[in-house]
Amino acid sequence: MQENNSNCETCPAHNLNNLKKLGIDMSDYDYVVALAGNPNTGKSTVFNSLTGLKQHTGNWPGKTVSRAEGGYEFNSKKYKLVDLPGTYSLLSTSTDEDIARNFILFGQPDATIIVVDATRLERNLNLTLQVLEITDRAVLCLNLMDEAERNDIKINVRALSKELGIPVIPAQARQKIGISELISAIEDVITGKFVCTPRRLKKYHSKIERAIDEVSKDLLSEFPNLPNARWVALRLLEGDQNIINSVKTGEIADLLERQKQDVINET
Amino acid sequence: MKRDEILKKSEKFRWEIGEDFHDSVIESIYDEASQIADNAIEGNKNYSRLDLKLDKILTSRLYGFPIMLALLAMVFWLTIQGANYPSKFLSYILVDFIHGQLITFFNILSIPDFLTGLIVDGAYLASAWVISVMLPPMAIFFPLFTLLEDFGYLPRVAFNLDGIYKKVGAHGKQALTMTMGFGCNAAGIVATRIIDSPREKLIAIITNNFSLCNGRWPTQILIATIFIGAVFPSYLAGLVSAAAVIFIALFGISLSFLISWFLSNSILKGEGSAFSLELPPYRPPRFWQTIYTSIIDRTLIVLWRAIVFAAPAGIVIWLVANVEINQVSLAKYFIDFANPYGLLIGLNGVIILAYIIAIPANEIVLPTILMLTTLMLNMTNIGSGNGVLFETDSVNVTADILRLGGWTTLTGICLMLFSLLHNPCSTTIYTIYKETKSLKWTAISTFLPIAMGIVLCFFVAQIWRIFIG
Repeated sequence: MQENNSNCETCPAHNLNNLKKLGIDMSDYDYVVALAGNPNTGKSTVFNSLTGLKQHTGNWPGKTVSRAEGGYEFNSKKYKLVDLPGTYSLLSTSTDEDIARNFILFGQPDATIIVVDATRLERNLNLTLQVLEITDRAVLCLNLMDEAERNDIKINVRALSKELGIPVIPAQARQKIGISELISAIEDVITGKFVCTPRRLKKYHSKIERAIDEVSKDLLSEFPNLPNARWVALRLLEGDQNIINSVKTGEIADLLERQKQDVINET
Repeated sequence: MKRDEILKKSEKFRWEIGEDFHDSVIESIYDEASQIADNAIEGNKNYSRLDLKLDKILTSRLYGFPIMLALLAMVFWLTIQGANYPSKFLSYILVDFIHGQLITFFNILSIPDFLTGLIVDGAYLASAWVISVMLPPMAIFFPLFTLLEDFGYLPRVAFNLDGIYKKVGAHGKQALTMTMGFGCNAAGIVATRIIDSPREKLIAIITNNFSLCNGRWPTQILIATIFIGAVFPSYLAGLVSAAAVIFIALFGISLSFLISWFLSNSILKGEGSAFSLELPPYRPPRFWQTIYTSIIDRTLIVLWRAIVFAAPAGIVIWLVANVEINQVSLAKYFIDFANPYGLLIGLNGVIILAYIIAIPANEIVLPTILMLTTLMLNMTNIGSGNGVLFETDSVNVTADILRLGGWTTLTGICLMLFSLLHNPCSTTIYTIYKETKSLKWTAISTFLPIAMGIVLCFFVAQIWRIFIG
């Protein structure tokens, strides 16, 4: 009967009642959700309030250097939540950035939550755009809204969501505000109720854009099952020797598959 | 072949696009981010004036270092002062009371003396000692440290030290991992993952041991009190011994600069790479939650590790003190053998044996030293017998035992230096191996500090003997 009552379902209280924190019990999960974001955005706080775990939160970059995992249940679906290391970008080669990037790229989570600091939106959007380059389903959690308000920063959430093409949820994770909206947004994105049209970098140099297009098209005709062809093309253009060799030997699909297994097996 | 064509094509494109490919990708990301932010933000776009003001003071050229030292000194002083009473209380419960009860209990069950000794006097007492000595300082140090961390101070420390680390060819973030090392070297080494370049990461790993870890603070504090503070009039003693400990800590930091410089100019050649460290906003720490999580996450985990290592070490101590060949214990054989070498570097055979037994955990160095010293002197009235770890109820008794064992101020100084400069504990060594996956670098990280310790103590001892006597 409750299912028919749509008013209830949109009420935050309903959501929080339906949220079951599973802690580290992640058996038979239905969905995998990645948690990405810059350092110091309250990522771990979001993680804790979803899973009920008490992972230590700290105010310095690099606090979470490996992955933490936890689970929650919502509307009788089980979600496995993977807290990735906080990073400023996914471009360089440090271990923490590799862990974050590889998981989103190869672990193929059903959705990715990007936690950003509302008081430092511009800087945080750098990572957001990079995440949106390599995944289709994401939710932006606009955290620390109280601090933004205190500093007279007003963010047009609707406009931001439109620009990015993904749901944007304002939150104050420390006070558990916005968490229930976040949970439903994740559900909407995974079930396709909200169809993401992620912002892709349009302003790549047109030459680069054309090069990526052409190379990835060629890659797909040679390796029809290749996931992330655009990313492979980018690496080729950057001259990543590893990727070049594996394309030469035809192992590229295997390599990606192996990466995926590594990401999944890694604890 | 199609594959080669793809590669050729991408090669061609790479030339067309030019070398600045990576940069232009980053540029377009930044452009777009700033455009989106501009469209979405209404109202105040320049924020955090208070943050800036605070940063101007905390990271200023003039005040940055003095404030850092003062905060460090305050944290240590609170730890030293605050840990004293709970330590005594815990030792009364665990060592004096429960230990006696256990012996009685084992006797009632008529368990053979050998087993009682091994389990109660060896394994149990070693663990009890570690708990009573380690738990109180950790329960104070970690929350204080975590409060500073939550407030946002650590990145400012990194900012202050960044210049020096860069000058010596290391990574500025090494300042963060070094600071973590003051809690626990193993934790500091795991934290080096935030350093991008493998070269700089190795430097950070090798030099992390120069941060005095939690297990070494009690040794430093007690020895400084007995052998350095005691030389001064009593109203100065406390201050002087605290200063001596801070001196050792600062000496360790200087060595980490020096060795980083040495490494980056020899086997790990290279320039320090630039990095952008965002100074995060200051946030009021959530006091109680910080206390809770830092006690659960850090204190208890580190303590558990110590106990896991202390129990078997306790058994070893009991065995070497009680297994005899020709009525001379193994311990005595070794100590007599090692004594001349120990004296050469201002230490003695007892200290050397203690450091070997205490490889698994630095925390048990001092109790092992006391136990072995009484054993050598046959002081049957102190402690409860051969191979029994004990905590003496007052600093004075410890001092008496050590003086009877032939200790001088020189022994104290050399022990403090050696405690700073010796091999990392076994957990740290294992962590180094896990992070570097290389026996070579693990070996260098292990043997470099101990070689430095031996050389330094040797010179200090020789010079001391020439000039002071």
